Amino acid sequence: MSSNVLSAPEIAAGVFSDTVSHDVAVSVRGLAKSYSIAKNAVQHSTVGEALMHKMRNPFAKVERDTFWALSDISFDIQKGDVVGIIGRNGAGKSTLLKILSRITEPTKGRIDLYGRVGSLLEVGTGFHPELTGRENIFLNGAILGMQKSEIARQFDAIVDFSGTEQFLDTPVKRYSSGMYVRLAFAVAAHLNPEILIVDEVLAVGDAEFQRKCMGKMQDVADTGRTVLLVSHNMAAIHNLCGKCLYLRSGTVACYADTDKSLELYAASSSGNTGGTIASRTDRNGTGEVRCLNLGLLDAARQPIESIQSGQKFYVEVTFESRVPVPDLMMSIDVDTANGSRVTTLYSGFHNKSFDVGQGVGKALCLVDGLNLRPDDYKLNINLVGNRGHYDFIEGAMTLSVAETDVFQSGQIPERGHGPLLAHYKWMSE
Amino acid sequence: MDTLTSPNAISPKPHLTIQPTAGWQAINLRELWQFRDLLTTLAQRDVKLRYRQTALGVIWVVLQPLIAAGIFSFVFGKLAKLPALPGVPYFVFTYAGLLLWNAFSSTLGKTSGCLLANSNLVSKVYFPRLALPLSTVFSTLIDFGVAFMLMIVMMIAYHVVPGAAVLLLPFWLLLAMMLALGIGLYASALVVSYRDVQFVLPVVTNFVMYGSPIFYLVPAKYKLLFGFNPLTGLLEGFRWSLLGGPAPAWSIVAYAAAFAVIVFVLGAFSFKKMERKFADVI
Repeated sequence: MSSNVLSAPEIAAGVFSDTVSHDVAVSVRGLAKSYSIAKNAVQHSTVGEALMHKMRNPFAKVERDTFWALSDISFDIQKGDVVGIIGRNGAGKSTLLKILSRITEPTKGRIDLYGRVGSLLEVGTGFHPELTGRENIFLNGAILGMQKSEIARQFDAIVDFSGTEQFLDTPVKRYSSGMYVRLAFAVAAHLNPEILIVDEVLAVGDAEFQRKCMGKMQDVADTGRTVLLVSHNMAAIHNLCGKCLYLRSGTVACYADTDKSLELYAASSSGNTGGTIASRTDRNGTGEVRCLNLGLLDAARQPIESIQSGQKFYVEVTFESRVPVPDLMMSIDVDTANGSRVTTLYSGFHNKSFDVGQGVGKALCLVDGLNLRPDDYKLNINLVGNRGHYDFIEGAMTLSVAETDVFQSGQIPERGHGPLLAHYKWMSE
Repeated sequence: MDTLTSPNAISPKPHLTIQPTAGWQAINLRELWQFRDLLTTLAQRDVKLRYRQTALGVIWVVLQPLIAAGIFSFVFGKLAKLPALPGVPYFVFTYAGLLLWNAFSSTLGKTSGCLLANSNLVSKVYFPRLALPLSTVFSTLIDFGVAFMLMIVMMIAYHVVPGAAVLLLPFWLLLAMMLALGIGLYASALVVSYRDVQFVLPVVTNFVMYGSPIFYLVPAKYKLLFGFNPLTGLLEGFRWSLLGGPAPAWSIVAYAAAFAVIVFVLGAFSFKKMERKFADVI
């Protein structure tokens, strides 16, 4: 391709030719996927209620809406490219991967795949707790599409990579969660397709193992195979991927070099400030408790727009609970504009949970000593409890750290200097 | 195939094209063959798992039909005093019927629930979906094999000598399995959208069990009525092959065979037709 950046209208206008050069690994044309979703469906919490409703309106038809998870997606991936797929929750990333890996069919469009595809949408798919490590290696390998002989040939390498040698004949239900994940990833890592499709698997395991996984992915990429990777871990995307496909509500917002795409993504996700959270739909969770608003308050609890580096401030969380929750915990992630995590303000770290009744409530988080470099940061809000994940919103609001003369020297640090400011002083010995 | 899958091959033709499909589709047997290792691995998993952490283990395979045959021959043979085949103890007669019935009902039960039981696979990996129901056949065949050994032992003990018709035994078994698979495939695809099926099916199966000549001979005056049940022909044929006695009417056998084959083909194709919705709905 001559130009690296193609905007959505250009793609729609058919800038791509119909004939594809031979070094293309994946070619996607006019891909679309629709789901029909129930409209105005009444939710019943008990079988009795549902039955009563059904008896009162026996012939009431559920109205259905068509929801386009993907609409008119076109792109080409060259052989040997490592492409990251980014976008908000609900942007269609997972749907795209599911279509590419043939789990579900597209509604429209066409995909040509030039090579054997291996997809890894989950670590340890089909692992059975009652089976031993050895048995699960063969089962999982077969499920991922490997021949028995192929698995047998790679068996030692898989065991070696996972480091679970002593436990090979133990049922995996007795494994620690770390061991389990290591074994599962080890099998997947030895899948040798020409086109590898990976979803979020880097989000598991300890730091050491994550490094190992990243290394393995890099190896795969280095051998000239094509990799498609969905991740919310922007640092991983940045390190691994040469190009990024940025999806926004089911369309291609940008398909360009990683830097360019990440920048665009960061710019668009910081557009959401407080006040609109209640109406946001790009959220995950059961919804029993929902975050309605996030606000910034100064030390005197007066609303503020931005903070100064190191200033004492409050984050005010307004939430609504549909049911009483005795153990609500709050967590706010602070991320840099390109998605690296700076810190997490998690009430659980202080063993603090909230006993909330039905209705609207507020919680405050007092933050002191957050010495951030002047910039815009993204806050994710996460409401959890023992009964599950209630609400999670990525990029719920932007935390602006005002551009001030932090060193009182007139020298302003830049992004490349890192997000954190330390108290330091240079002197001669 | 190998030249295409090698990473260095320059393939002007795509290895694979993904496009929306509609209507009836052919069943890709070659692909199913490529995934034969998955088929056998899944089958192995089922067999291994079933009796793990049981004290008696594989003995249950024999014990279950034995207990059932004992109960049924007590109720129907001793209490109701229904006639069996002449010269064959009621227990052996019932056990023979249960052999085929169990192969049928276990195939039906396992295939109909297999998509739901493996929903994590269906929504996370691609493979020919037919591999799931087909893989359940292995464990049913193993059960049948083990239970059949006991049948042989009993036949020797009671001096039951089968005639040449014994050669047709695999034929009856095959037809019964095809019939069960046909219904099971359709039911399993239906369960994905309508969980009701999994509650209805056991009730219907139970009803059919008592309506089929497993523990009794077909009463002469209801011959026509029983003839509509394809299992009648299969059960009579199976028992004729094994225990001798009068051969079943060929019209009934032909009807049962045609019925089984048609149901199997219809089931397989409608499964194929519905399979593209599985991952979205399950």
